Amino acid sequence: MTMGAALFLLVAVATVAAALGVVLHPNPVKSAIFLVVTLFLLAIVFVLLEAHMIAALQVIVYAGAIMVLFLFVIMLLNLQDDDPERGRHRYVLRGLAWLGGVVLAVELALLLRGATMGGGEVPADYGSAEAVARSLYTDFLLPFELTSILLLVAVVGAVLLAQKQRRSSLP
Amino acid sequence: MERLLLPAIDWLAVLPVGLTALLGFVLLALGLFADDDETLGWITLIGLAVCAVVTACLAGQKSMTFAGTFALDGYALFFDLLFLVAGMVVVLMSMTYLEGTGIPAGDYYGLLVFALAGMIVMASANDLILVFLGLEIMSISVYVLAGAWRTQLRSNEAAMKYFLLGAFATGFLLYGIALVYGATGAFRLDLIAAAAAGAPHRALMVAGVAMLLVAFGFKVAAVPFHMWTPDVYEGAPTTITALMAVAVKAAGFAAFVRVFLHAFAGLHADWGMLLWVMAALTMTVGNVLALVQRNVKRMLAYSSIAHAGYILVALVASGAAGGAAALYHLLAYSFMTLGAFGVVAALGSVGEPNEMLDDYAGVGFRRPLLGVTMAIFMLSLTGIPPFAGFTGKFYIFTAAIRDGYYVLAVIGVLNSAISAGYYIRVLIAMYLTPGAEESGRVARQPYLVTSIVFSAVMTVLIGVFPALWMQLARLGFLSL
Repeated sequence: MTMGAALFLLVAVATVAAALGVVLHPNPVKSAIFLVVTLFLLAIVFVLLEAHMIAALQVIVYAGAIMVLFLFVIMLLNLQDDDPERGRHRYVLRGLAWLGGVVLAVELALLLRGATMGGGEVPADYGSAEAVARSLYTDFLLPFELTSILLLVAVVGAVLLAQKQRRSSLP
Repeated sequence: MERLLLPAIDWLAVLPVGLTALLGFVLLALGLFADDDETLGWITLIGLAVCAVVTACLAGQKSMTFAGTFALDGYALFFDLLFLVAGMVVVLMSMTYLEGTGIPAGDYYGLLVFALAGMIVMASANDLILVFLGLEIMSISVYVLAGAWRTQLRSNEAAMKYFLLGAFATGFLLYGIALVYGATGAFRLDLIAAAAAGAPHRALMVAGVAMLLVAFGFKVAAVPFHMWTPDVYEGAPTTITALMAVAVKAAGFAAFVRVFLHAFAGLHADWGMLLWVMAALTMTVGNVLALVQRNVKRMLAYSSIAHAGYILVALVASGAAGGAAALYHLLAYSFMTLGAFGVVAALGSVGEPNEMLDDYAGVGFRRPLLGVTMAIFMLSLTGIPPFAGFTGKFYIFTAAIRDGYYVLAVIGVLNSAISAGYYIRVLIAMYLTPGAEESGRVARQPYLVTSIVFSAVMTVLIGVFPALWMQLARLGFLSL
C-alpha cells in the first residue's frame, strides 16, 4: 500500500466515525463539534485529491463561517438534549432513517460493483487558486456575475424582512 | 502579465437580462430616496416596457454565447416577453394593492424585477449551472416577496413554508445536477446529450434525471410536489400570488422543457412514463380538490395546479405540436390567471380580504365591470369558446390524440368537465346569489382595473385570433 492510500484510509475511517458522531450524539452542541471535525477531515481528503483550493475553501467557508452560524442557531434556540415532544414518533423515525440508509448503502454497493477506480494523471496546475480564478473569470464569467446578483437579492431580502416596520404600517 | 482570454460574447443575447437587472439596481437605489410609491410603480412600469420593447426587437436573432451556455432564440424571447408583460401587469396591480399595506415599495419593485431577471436567465440557460442560478435568483426574490406584508400573519406563514420547501427542492436540483455531471462530465445541455448517448453511467444518469424532475415538478406545482401551493398562494400578497401562479410557473416550464428536450432526449423512455403519471395526477388532484374550496384564492391555487397538469399533457405528447400547444396554453393561462387574481385583489382591501365565495354574492351587480371580466376569466379557465382557455386545451388534447395518448386526452377532457363545477360556482355566487347592499363607497382602483381589463382583452384576443398566437408559439418552440 502506498503512502497516499494509507493516509486516505486513515482519514476516511476517521471522517465516517466523526460523521456518525454528528448523527448519534444526543447533545446538539457536541454534534456540531463533531461536524467541525468531519468538515476538517473532508478538507484533508480534498488535499489528497490535489484540490488545494477547495481544501482551503472547505476550511474557511464550512468549518469556519457555516459552523459559527450553526452554533449560533443552536445557542439561540436553546435546544435540550432530548425533545419529549418527538418521543412518540421516535422509533418510527429511527426505523425509517435506518431503512433509507440501508437502501442508499445497497445502491452505492451496486453502483460501485464493476466501476473502475482512479483516474489518469493530474495536470500540473490542477486545483490551484490560479486555475480556479482563471476559469471563474473566463469560462464561468456569466455564472460568476449572476452569483453577485443572487447574493444582492438575498441581502436585500433579508433586510426587507428584518428591518424595522415603517410607520405607515402601524395601526 | 498574461491576459485572460474571454470566450466570445454576443452582448445582444444578454441584453434582456442585463437591462432587467439594471432596472432592479436602479429601483433599489431609488427606493432609498423616493417617498412616493406611485412614482416608483410608474418607473418600474416604464422600465419594464423598455425592456420588453428591446426584447421584442431581438426577434429573429439566434445565437449562443458565453461558450455555448446562454441561448438567444425564439424560445427564450417568447418566454422573456411573457415574463416582462406578466411583470408589468403585476406592477399595475401592485400600484393599487400596496396602498396601506406598509410594504416598502422600492424593495418590493426591485425584488420583483430581479425575480423577472432570474426567470429570463432560466429561459435562456443552456447550461445546468445557469438554470440553477436563474432559479435561485427568482426563488429567493419570491420567497421574500411572499412574506413582504409583514403585519399579516398568513403572509409570514406563506413565506416560511415556501422558503423551507423551496430550499428542499433546490437541494434536489443541485443533487440532480451533481449526479448528471458525475455521469457525463458536462453542464452544457448539448454536451450532456452527447455524453449520455454513449450511456456510460446509466444508473447515475437516471437518478439525476429523477431528481431534476422532482425539482422542476416543485417549481411548476405538479402533483405530488404541490403540497405547498394552496397555503403559499393563499397567504402571499395577492399580487405576488399572481406572479407565482403565472411567471414563476412559466419560468419553471421554460427551463424544464429546454433541459429535458435538449439534454435528456435520449432518455425519453425513462421519464416519459413518469411525466404521463404526473400529468394525469396533477390534473385530477388539482381539479377534485378545487371543488371543495370555499376560499376563491385557494380555489385558484388548485386551478393553477390543474393547469400545470394540462401543460404536462402537452409535454408528454412531445414533438412540435405538443410543444407549441404547451407554449400557447401557457400564454392563454397567464392572462386569465393574472386577471382572476386581479379581481380577487380588487374585491379585497387592507384588513378585509373578502376572499370567501360568500363574499362574492351579488358582486356582478355591485361591481359590473369586475363581474363581467371575472366571468370571462372563469369561462376561459373552464375552456369554453371563444375564450383563450378553450383553444389552448383544444390544441393540447389534439396533440395528445395525434401522438396516440388517448387515455391521457380522455382524462384531460373529463377533468375539464369537473373544473366547470367550481369555476361556474363563482359565477353563480356573483350573479345568482343575492348579496348584501354596498356599504359605503367603493375605493377607486384605476391601476388595478386597468390591469384586469387588459388581461380580459388579451384573454379574448388570444381566443378569437388563435392562429397568430399559435404561430408565435410554434416559432418559439421550433427555434429550440
